[in-house]
Amino acid sequence: MINSSLKQLGDLLQTKKISSVELTQTFLNRIQQYNPSINAYIALDEARTIAQAKAADERIASGNAMPLTGVPFAQKDIFCAKGWQTTCGSKMLANFIAPYDAHVITQFDTAGAVNLGKTNMDEFAMGSSNETSYFGGVKNPWSFDRVPGGSSGGSAAAVAARLCAAATGTDTGGSIRQPASLCGFTGLKPTYGVVSRFGMIAFASSLDQAGPMAKSAEDCALMMNVMAGFDERDSTSLNREKEDYTRDLNKPLQGLKVGLPKEYFSEGLDTNVGKVIEAAIAEYKKLGAEIVDISLPNTGLSIPVYYVLAPAEASSNLSRYDGVRYGHRAAEYTDLMDMYNKSRAEGFGAEVKRRILIGTYVLSAGYYDAYYLKAQQIRRLIAQDFVEAFKQCDVIMGPAAPSTAFKAGEKVDDPVAMYLQDIYTISTNLAGLPGMSVPAGFAQSDDGVSLPVGLQIIGNYFDEARMLNVAHKYQQVTDWHERMPELVLPKEAK
Amino acid sequence: MEWEVVIGLETHTQLKTNTKIFSGASIKYGAEPNTQACEVSIALPGVLPVLNKEAVHCAIKFGLAINAHIAPRSVFARKNYFYPDLPKGYQISQFELPVVGKGAVTIQVPAVGKNAAYEKVVNITRAHLEEDAGKSVHGAVDDMSGIDLNRAGTPLLEIVTEPDMRSAAEAVAYAKKLHELVQWIGICDGNMQEGSFRCDVNVSVRQKGTEKLGTRREIKNLNSFKFMQQAIEYETRWQIETLEDGGTIQQATVLFNPDTGETRSMRSKEEANDYRYFPDPDLLPLVISEADKAAVKATMPELPEAMKARFEAHYALSAYDASALTTSRELAGYFVATADAGADAKQSANWIMGALAAKLNAADIGISESPINAQQLAQLLKRISDNTISNNAAKQVFEALWNAEGDVDGIIATKGLKQESDSGAIEAIIDEVLAANPAMVEEFKAGKEKAFNALVGQAMKASKGKANPAQVNELLKKKLS
Repeated sequence: MINSSLKQLGDLLQTKKISSVELTQTFLNRIQQYNPSINAYIALDEARTIAQAKAADERIASGNAMPLTGVPFAQKDIFCAKGWQTTCGSKMLANFIAPYDAHVITQFDTAGAVNLGKTNMDEFAMGSSNETSYFGGVKNPWSFDRVPGGSSGGSAAAVAARLCAAATGTDTGGSIRQPASLCGFTGLKPTYGVVSRFGMIAFASSLDQAGPMAKSAEDCALMMNVMAGFDERDSTSLNREKEDYTRDLNKPLQGLKVGLPKEYFSEGLDTNVGKVIEAAIAEYKKLGAEIVDISLPNTGLSIPVYYVLAPAEASSNLSRYDGVRYGHRAAEYTDLMDMYNKSRAEGFGAEVKRRILIGTYVLSAGYYDAYYLKAQQIRRLIAQDFVEAFKQCDVIMGPAAPSTAFKAGEKVDDPVAMYLQDIYTISTNLAGLPGMSVPAGFAQSDDGVSLPVGLQIIGNYFDEARMLNVAHKYQQVTDWHERMPELVLPKEAK
Repeated sequence: MEWEVVIGLETHTQLKTNTKIFSGASIKYGAEPNTQACEVSIALPGVLPVLNKEAVHCAIKFGLAINAHIAPRSVFARKNYFYPDLPKGYQISQFELPVVGKGAVTIQVPAVGKNAAYEKVVNITRAHLEEDAGKSVHGAVDDMSGIDLNRAGTPLLEIVTEPDMRSAAEAVAYAKKLHELVQWIGICDGNMQEGSFRCDVNVSVRQKGTEKLGTRREIKNLNSFKFMQQAIEYETRWQIETLEDGGTIQQATVLFNPDTGETRSMRSKEEANDYRYFPDPDLLPLVISEADKAAVKATMPELPEAMKARFEAHYALSAYDASALTTSRELAGYFVATADAGADAKQSANWIMGALAAKLNAADIGISESPINAQQLAQLLKRISDNTISNNAAKQVFEALWNAEGDVDGIIATKGLKQESDSGAIEAIIDEVLAANPAMVEEFKAGKEKAFNALVGQAMKASKGKANPAQVNELLKKKLS
């Protein structure tokens, strides 16, 4: 059951072969068993979760079910969910109970889905290893001494360890795709503006985008049907007609033009990871795809540009955490300035502070033109690279991350090495394009551990259905996405 | 050495929308603290701003009213600073690309002493949309400051002038004109006590004849025209004295203390914030099309300048009268209703700005609350022009109307104010007066003009004030010639 697809689970529920309460309890039991070691969840509320499952069962009984009614999901702790502790991985919000629902949460509620809990994440989504979380690191279910990636590390581990049917994530620079690659499952970052950001705690507003983290492309498509859509409460939400993301899943790939950017296969890419990606490309050839060599010449500028723009927006977005109205406030202070200083010094972790400092600096009088404005100009050039590339191909493929999961603690003291984890994913955020990571095999680490590798598929604006089709056809002929980490196999299966 | 003061104004006008500029919370004044603070007002994690179109309409109306360039694309920017009543840690405003660009306002500067009244054009640099902050409340909670976020997010249009004004009188005339205009076009209720119309005044001085601007000091948050006048006058004197004593002016923000009549420095430029403005990524650029402008224009009333010209042409009013009657739509409407009900236009203007204005002022009420409506006033004026009552009697009728004692004709009848216009009856009275005052007649014939007036007075007295004075004059002249 824990390995079933969302479609299978939906069918089992609607034909009443299982109840939502049973299914939910199964996952809750697994969470009880594995979460103490993996630390995927920050907040659990069994009573609330079971109540939702009961309501789902009633809805199914009354014949008003939707495809995902009764299916239990994990929600990244970046989404405000009414009555739930909503921390964004920070001490600053450790005591914050959200009084309202994010759009994404409302969409899942409306679909009748069950919320299993709030998943761990890098503090304010700033990180690529989940090690900046105030609530502790998350273990990669494939190798407990390794990180799951980040910032959606909790959701990633929960999906990989089957501690949920699927999960939500958010991706500002790679936070869905890099952990999907490191934990071996399917993750999609939609086109900017497709999923409403209302109620999703902001890191870098012009880059943040929520998306599905699930076992397969088909699962992602079903979740997109729930998550996507216009929301007037988000001014950057795009007013487009509702679409069925499953509609093209089975289209043949004959004649599909796959662009391989040379910049994604150069220095910095782990050799073993490169081999897995090449094998995946070979598989696509067998499926009828044509390979086109392309170039994204400004790829190398994406990290510096991102680390100007994202911190600039973050420094302003995080100003509201001042200890005045909610969140952490220092126990003792002498005056207003002292309260601000102490509350923020105590409430934020080192990586968040680093980015607030960078962001404040690049927006300061005298530096704005040289940093922020310049970065905005280069951002347009990076987007233009993709416009040119998509004149030659339908989708772009490459690695989602330069390496397999690295060991906890390995990069925490080297921010630049950590930032390079997102070298292949950041450009799509800057351009606002959709991107996904699809399990493509396993690569040996230096110490001989076999770890998952993700193939990245980048599509043109609003081509999510096409990308899901491209991923799904591959998943029809491979089983990488069905592999489950040994460490969390149910006893009877071992 | 002759000094010249240079003044520019920044005015925050609170827009008359139903809800806040970026959320659906009410902006009604005077509610219990934080009862109008929604998720967006409190700046909870994850909330997003959504622009209130009504606020944009207000900005377009203002742009059209001052003949300004209305930007086809303007941008909301974040102004970053920490303050407890600023919940997001930034204010959403407009910085590089404001919604309203250059425009102009024509002001009437009243006569002061020997200086005659004159007209002047004040250039508007820009007007931009932004949100108001909340309020810090001191003293409500023991040993703590309270924060009331009801006002946070209230829509403001900040209107900035060029440094075009050269006296406190000009600055006040501009502020009053702007105050009238924003109410005229219905974008602001103009309530200065509740902070709906707040002026910051930039003041600098320089030697007359020089081009270069002196260092300015900004007087913050003036909420009455009287204080504005006093503050500018004090500030000007202070700056001139400082310079004449060999000192220099430091750029600063100052506050005016109405109790002492002085301005006092609040913070210097060195202490000023670096606001780190950047375009707000949560909001799309504000796009205004020609069609949007046309749609708003169709909803706008005739503007005061146009109405003034019309009053001069159509009602043959003087520029002064026409200008005075177009300070508010209510006043102008009252005038039009009076004149169109058949009253003489000039008489209507005189009575509205004279007797009626005096009464309204004394009662501290607006013309829309006047106990005498335009139809009643017109009826009264018609009774003067058709010689039913004298001007003096009309004043009594006006008093009675004010006190709601009945309609015009009813009051004339009950009070017996109808004047005598029957020439036979008046002749009889005059004959009696002439017979009774032979001495006066002699004096008149000897060339004393004053005696004539005395005889008129006697005749009016004999008629108990009811004789038509013009007829008395005419008949008396005939009799004495």
